[in-house]
Amino acid sequence: MKSPATSDVPSTRSQRHRASGRYSALRLLREALTGHRGWRPAWRKAEPRKEYQVVIVGGGGHGLATAYYLANHFGITDVAVLEKGPIGLGNVGRNTTIIRSTYYRPENIRFYDFSLGLWEGLEQELNFNAMVSQRGVVYTWHNDGQRDHMIRRANDMRLAGADCEELDRAALKKLIPPIALDSGRFPVLGAFMQPRGGTVRHDAVAWGYARGASEAGVDIIEHCEVTGLRQAGGRVTGVETTRGFIGAGTVCLAVAGHSSHLAGMADIRLPIETHALQAFVSESIKPFLDVVLMFGAGHFYISQSDKGGMVFGGAIDAHNTYAQRGTQWIAQEVAAEGVALLPDLARLRILRQWSGVMDMTMDGSPIISKLPLEGLVMNGGWCYGGFKAIPAGGYTTAHLIARGASHPLTAHMDLARFAEGRTVDEIGTGPFPWAH
Amino acid sequence: MLRIDCPHCGTRDEVEFRYRGDAGLRRPAAAADTAAFVAYVYERTNPRGWHHEWWYHAAGCRQFLQVWRHTVTHEIHAVGTVAAVLTPPDGAATP
Amino acid sequence: MTARRITTGLLTDPSRTIEFEFDGRRLSALAGDTVASALLANGVRLVGRSFKYHRPRGIVTAGPEEPCALIDIFGASGALPNRRATTVGVTTGMRVSSQNRWPSLDLDLLAINGLFAPLFSAGFYYKTFMRPAWAWERLFEPAIRRAAGLGKLGVAPDASPKTGDEILHDHTDVLIIGTGAAGLSAARRLASSGLRIMLVERDVEAGGGTLLDPRWQAWRTQTLGELAATPRIRLLTRTQVIAAHDHGVFSAVETCAAGAADAAHHAEGLPRERLRVIRARRVLLASGANERWIACPDNDRPGVMIAGAALAYLRRYGVAVGERPVLFTNNDWAYESAFALHEAGVSIGAIVDPRPSSNAASRALALGIAVYSGSVVTAIEGRRAVRAVRIASVDGAPRATLDTDCLLLSGGFQAESALATQAGGSLQWREDLASFAAALPDSRGVVTGAAAGRYGLSAAAQDGDAAAVRLASGLGLSASAETIALPDDPETSSLQALWEVAGHGKCFVDLQHDVTTDDLRQAHREGYTHIEHAKRYTTHGMATDQGRIGGLLGAAVLAAARGQSPSEVGLPTPRPYIHPTSFAALAGGEIGAHLRPERRFPAHASHVACGATFVPSGLWQRPLVYSAVTGWDPVLREARAVRETAGIGDASSLGKIDVQGADAGRFLDFVYANRFSTLAIGKARYGIMLREDGCLLDDGTTSRLGERHFLLTTTTANHTAVLEHLEFQLQVNRSDLDVVLTDVTDQWAQFSIAGPRARQLLQTVMPDADLSSAAVPFMAALPARIAGVRGRLFRISFSGELAYEVAVPRDQADAVWTALLEAGRPLGALPYGVDALNTLRIEKGHITTAELDGNTTAHDLGFERMLKAEGDFVGRVLAQRPGSTSTQRRQLVALRPTDSAARLIAGMILVDRSAPRTNLGDVTSCTPSVLVDGWIGLALLADGRRRIGSRLLAVSPLHGESVEVEITTPHWFDPENTRVRA
Repeated sequence: MKSPATSDVPSTRSQRHRASGRYSALRLLREALTGHRGWRPAWRKAEPRKEYQVVIVGGGGHGLATAYYLANHFGITDVAVLEKGPIGLGNVGRNTTIIRSTYYRPENIRFYDFSLGLWEGLEQELNFNAMVSQRGVVYTWHNDGQRDHMIRRANDMRLAGADCEELDRAALKKLIPPIALDSGRFPVLGAFMQPRGGTVRHDAVAWGYARGASEAGVDIIEHCEVTGLRQAGGRVTGVETTRGFIGAGTVCLAVAGHSSHLAGMADIRLPIETHALQAFVSESIKPFLDVVLMFGAGHFYISQSDKGGMVFGGAIDAHNTYAQRGTQWIAQEVAAEGVALLPDLARLRILRQWSGVMDMTMDGSPIISKLPLEGLVMNGGWCYGGFKAIPAGGYTTAHLIARGASHPLTAHMDLARFAEGRTVDEIGTGPFPWAH
Repeated sequence: MLRIDCPHCGTRDEVEFRYRGDAGLRRPAAAADTAAFVAYVYERTNPRGWHHEWWYHAAGCRQFLQVWRHTVTHEIHAVGTVAAVLTPPDGAATP
Repeated sequence: MTARRITTGLLTDPSRTIEFEFDGRRLSALAGDTVASALLANGVRLVGRSFKYHRPRGIVTAGPEEPCALIDIFGASGALPNRRATTVGVTTGMRVSSQNRWPSLDLDLLAINGLFAPLFSAGFYYKTFMRPAWAWERLFEPAIRRAAGLGKLGVAPDASPKTGDEILHDHTDVLIIGTGAAGLSAARRLASSGLRIMLVERDVEAGGGTLLDPRWQAWRTQTLGELAATPRIRLLTRTQVIAAHDHGVFSAVETCAAGAADAAHHAEGLPRERLRVIRARRVLLASGANERWIACPDNDRPGVMIAGAALAYLRRYGVAVGERPVLFTNNDWAYESAFALHEAGVSIGAIVDPRPSSNAASRALALGIAVYSGSVVTAIEGRRAVRAVRIASVDGAPRATLDTDCLLLSGGFQAESALATQAGGSLQWREDLASFAAALPDSRGVVTGAAAGRYGLSAAAQDGDAAAVRLASGLGLSASAETIALPDDPETSSLQALWEVAGHGKCFVDLQHDVTTDDLRQAHREGYTHIEHAKRYTTHGMATDQGRIGGLLGAAVLAAARGQSPSEVGLPTPRPYIHPTSFAALAGGEIGAHLRPERRFPAHASHVACGATFVPSGLWQRPLVYSAVTGWDPVLREARAVRETAGIGDASSLGKIDVQGADAGRFLDFVYANRFSTLAIGKARYGIMLREDGCLLDDGTTSRLGERHFLLTTTTANHTAVLEHLEFQLQVNRSDLDVVLTDVTDQWAQFSIAGPRARQLLQTVMPDADLSSAAVPFMAALPARIAGVRGRLFRISFSGELAYEVAVPRDQADAVWTALLEAGRPLGALPYGVDALNTLRIEKGHITTAELDGNTTAHDLGFERMLKAEGDFVGRVLAQRPGSTSTQRRQLVALRPTDSAARLIAGMILVDRSAPRTNLGDVTSCTPSVLVDGWIGLALLADGRRRIGSRLLAVSPLHGESVEVEITTPHWFDPENTRVRA
């Protein structure tokens, strides 16, 4: 499904040397006939050089995407991505895979819808099947006040060029036969849907961007933890790492929940607290739910992966933590809300629970911005909405680095907005990170 | 699940409390400037390690409690009332 | 028939036969059988088809670690997909069906996938399905989704519970997980310590490995007897610990129903599962170890089983898993299965062991069992069932082909260690066991028995005993117990690590997900070489059995590809839950209508009697309108009554916070933007409360009831947040103030009486009161008697009419409401609900949380003059920032369509004709008016106050509507407040 032109991003994919070879059905067939011994590593595991023009700290979705776009769209290939472990095992490897642009603030809608446009062409761009599935994202509502809110959001979205429709109870039941409209504490009175929203295979995103960046010359350096930021004369000069000092003209922090930890190395205090968001997957079952469903009377949301497991979650943990495991009572709440909305889930069994560490900001909106140290920029503050933003976040961060100024779509995501009173607070809960 | 040893109510489950962020901050004096209030309201150390924080015993004594808790292991080093003077654990970053 | 019931099992009752169905076939079982043991007893070997290749699969294990024998159950309590045949007890009339095959298990057309197997290598879907671009969503994905997934959900009869399961909370000193030799021994030792002990066992019987060795029966019986006689010890069976949380908290699921589809249990509405949240000071983890798989070609054929399963089926159910089994193992412990079967009269085909010699091999030879030392199994023949195995020496020279119907595999053991890791423990590589053993820090507890790398029942019992002593002493206690004789463990030789036998054919490491050794090597070739990458790329270890028999094997194959040892590769981080856990167990009783509590107004019964339709407002049920008729007519009727006569409303959900103390006034000055210390006793004042960032937190009317006594009100939605905010400010920032806060929201019912005849109405229920404006001026707050009930009277108005509010104790609510209604009837007064109130307050320009949306400042709402000039208050400084006071921000205005026939919709966006895609603001509230023709509304509009008098478009692309509106001041109705002050 293609959107009206939201992403006029030129691509340079046609003339590319592919170390790992092109992926296609024909290639798969050829390799199958020779015992799959011809496959090559998807990305180079590079050794660090003495210095780079750009050092990106963080080998997650945003870090790898930033490197990809720097190298493939902005012509800057002297780039290193430093990741303290193996790439892609942070939040990009732990999320519930949803993409959407269902936001209230027009500036956020435009940004996330730009991302949606990039998702739509990503597989062709990366030559990696990320299984982008635009199956629709549905929000239920349960009282008139909530409906009014959603009408406003739908109109904000439509005005900004994104898609949103209203569903009555009959249409909702037809779309989602197992939904319980009336049996629960909060009867479902209707719903809103973004048809272009959906899911993506999260691991493929990290691996696909890594491959694309690596092929364009970016050094992806795993098992390399940044332990300090070196500065001289008021500007950053490089990073201290567990594998030695690496000089850099620009350092970009793309470490999500660890943003404060890294920024703290330059004595910068960010408006961020780190909280856990739990996610769950169930045993796999035959197709049961064809859309992404968000429960309006709680925090529960659910979709079904292509392998058949239900993927779902709820609210963030209320206290800050870097522990990557969640607290037990949230799991109970998630299960109760799930059964309230889809009673058939009752006897379905949950296989695994994990959590990511969310960089919750003081207004709930992201930060793509220069930092108060010359040469240091950050991509973070994603709260629990970082996955869907990966293509746009990577592109606009690359823009910030390459052009030295914010991309118009991310002008509102600057760090200075907090001091100046220009916060971008979607829900209106104020400077309490756990409340967003 | 955290279990917090409330000085008034005993050791209780986390669900009885509500977290309220960094307890190491002091509200600036009335005469302080905007920058001081901006720092107080928005800027956080958010440490990966020992954290001095507020927990409000909403379902119990309704008193705010200071807690020193490690944000990776979740070990709780000390809990006290607002007035208590708690010794920070070894390794806690100085503000 | 190739497998049979050859003796009496520990758990089965030969005198009670049960009939059940498998794939339409009627079969007999004994009471105590699992579906797997019953199927084996009936000679059924083929029980499923594998996920990807649809290869025939059989029963592999005897417990919850089962990867292949997944079934759907249709019983009295509905359809249950994806159950493990090895743990589900057979009940009368149960219908069981195999999964993932069409049209039948025997003839599965999707086995054609096997022909394309080479294409379905690890990660194949990442490399293709990309062209044409439309095809992924319309063609490939639906096909993949239909093929994926095992069981089916939502099949009738309805399995959703009518009543919930239960959640119980337990407190104990020591939680012992596992009742094998180590766990029971430890419990026995701790019995004298005075500690509260909770033993949980996932199996239907306590005893663990001691159930499989008759020599241990006496010890087990005696020990269980001693424990049962000790009052501080509780033993729960069928209780699986599913996760370890922080601070000694564990979750466990207890299965209550005797069988998964127990009709009687279901009919009585009893819980089928119980979630137990256990709080323990220490944990003793005696969870044992799982036997490991070996990767040899075609090791997934029905009839290839874990060696220990043969012992389990024999001892527990009396079933022999084969007529002529062959054992392929690298360790001495696995030989016990062969010895037990041999003793029961089953002929062992041979034992194949890569080691040149061992104690167990010598014992086997002495029993007349053929042993092929220094040898491995290189091929397995047969498709629907094992027919024969080929044996070669370790250097490759062929030795024999043996006919057999069953191949038992054992590559060693791997500690059931997931809970230890979750509880903060660590894994150590044991070269002598070729596996990891678990350990816990002393502050958490201790790991003992096979989980800690102590194999052998006697060794485990002694280890459990020692662990108990250590644990007790760590808590400052001593624990003594009489020594008791333990049967000896046989002398064992060391094992020899064996992971894979190369050959023709797929060597499976993860049976449920069809992952082979080749897949792991390919993952390594492609750079997905870290264990976590390899796991995600191949999906190894991600199935419902969570890699219990094949996890370490996969890590070892990956290690070999990397040229490293398994200890350098490690294992993936184990996540909750230890075994799949149903939504229902975690949800407990909070299902259906019990998802959240319901808060009701004190006069709820009266509202029901008045015919109210309710609206959920957070947890509250608020009367929306007193009519069952939908639409605006009944709402406007109520609003009109207020404007023309009088109306009676219920405002009980608004927060009410009692503020008392010498510094009460000073405190309110600090938390409110405007001043309250100057408020006279007996008066009320409207106040706005800011957050420290300068945005409005809440608004409300606060009254002074005495020198040191105020009553503060909040909006319904923000009540909890405001209370916490106030407590924070008082306790943390202003501990210098002498103030006490008490939440009295639920103590008082509060009714509004509004309209031109309000005073008249009220006089009827307050006959002795002077209600003149002199005695009760606008914004008065006084004690009063209403309908004979002692309460309070406030003269405040939200509707813009002459109005009062009365507060009475909640238990008098119905009586007072009824009295008010009675008093109002002759005047034509009506009860009015939230919708009518909304219409009235929009007309008057009063805000609610629709406008107080968390992003508005005092300047935005026109309240800037309320900010006190002198004195500190919360939010004072940041409210002055240019960004907070800028007129470009959205400001509160009212609007009306220029065409009075046009309607407004809340959520319409305001735009200028010249820039129709630039969002200038939005309509926050709107209503048909009872004062003027047509609709009116409130909006937040950029630079709103300067736009008053101008015309804009209110658009709703969602509805395809666009309305020209005129922007006005919100205070267009009775701006002098003459009606309010009447």
